[in-house]
Amino acid sequence: MELQSSCRDGTQIVTVHARRIDSAAAIRFKDAMRAVTADGPAHVVLDLGQVAFVDSSGLGAIVAVMKFLGPGRRLDLAGLTPDVDKVFRLTRMDTVFGIFGDADAACGRETG
Amino acid sequence: MDMRGETVLMLVFPATAQGTRHALRDVRGALTRAGLAPEMLSRVETVLAEVLNNVAEHACDARPAVPVRLTAELRGSALRVRAHDRGRPMPGGVPPAGALPKRDVPRDLLPEGGFGWFLIREQSDSLFYRRADGENTLELQFRPRVPG
Repeated sequence: MELQSSCRDGTQIVTVHARRIDSAAAIRFKDAMRAVTADGPAHVVLDLGQVAFVDSSGLGAIVAVMKFLGPGRRLDLAGLTPDVDKVFRLTRMDTVFGIFGDADAACGRETG
Repeated sequence: MDMRGETVLMLVFPATAQGTRHALRDVRGALTRAGLAPEMLSRVETVLAEVLNNVAEHACDARPAVPVRLTAELRGSALRVRAHDRGRPMPGGVPPAGALPKRDVPRDLLPEGGFGWFLIREQSDSLFYRRADGENTLELQFRPRVPG
């Protein structure tokens, strides 16, 4: 699972370079996210703009990332493609995350 | 009344996470060529991902990967998909109800699973399960949905 991380205005933006976060990728995604967000800023934006498909394992993995970031840090999501957006809406997990059109919009939000 | 459908897909693959991923790519290709509307294609992919992951994780664990046989038949604008496997039967002999997990809980208790059967039931239009002669058959029907 290839992730790219950058920082802007005190926000860490993690871009997923993969088409799918599915059962075959969920554990590697979690491990990679754990590594890349260790000791980072309090506000993390996960850019899913290249991800075309998320199954329930991938959804669970994204929830797990939010949980291991801990109470002092927040995870927002950006760039959801239509099928990914659908899964978040249907499971109502869109109410658990901040969801933004793109990473720029997510960076502009007031944190905390 | 029971018009014969047109078989648009027949696949056999190992019940593993990788097998599922490759099968879904083939499903998407075959159903796109068969002219399935994108809205229905998206639901079929979501449902089959969950169905096949369940087979891989629950029905066929602790042995060499068991093959899954998947067929799809188009009848007018409706699609019927059948998945067959010789893994364990569904617990209690019936598919789970698929209630959505609670999310109004503290963050450290948020659900990381339990969405699969909810998605299967929400995104398909009917579902039928049978266990016979050591084989599971899950039949799913998809019909066009009006947007909105």
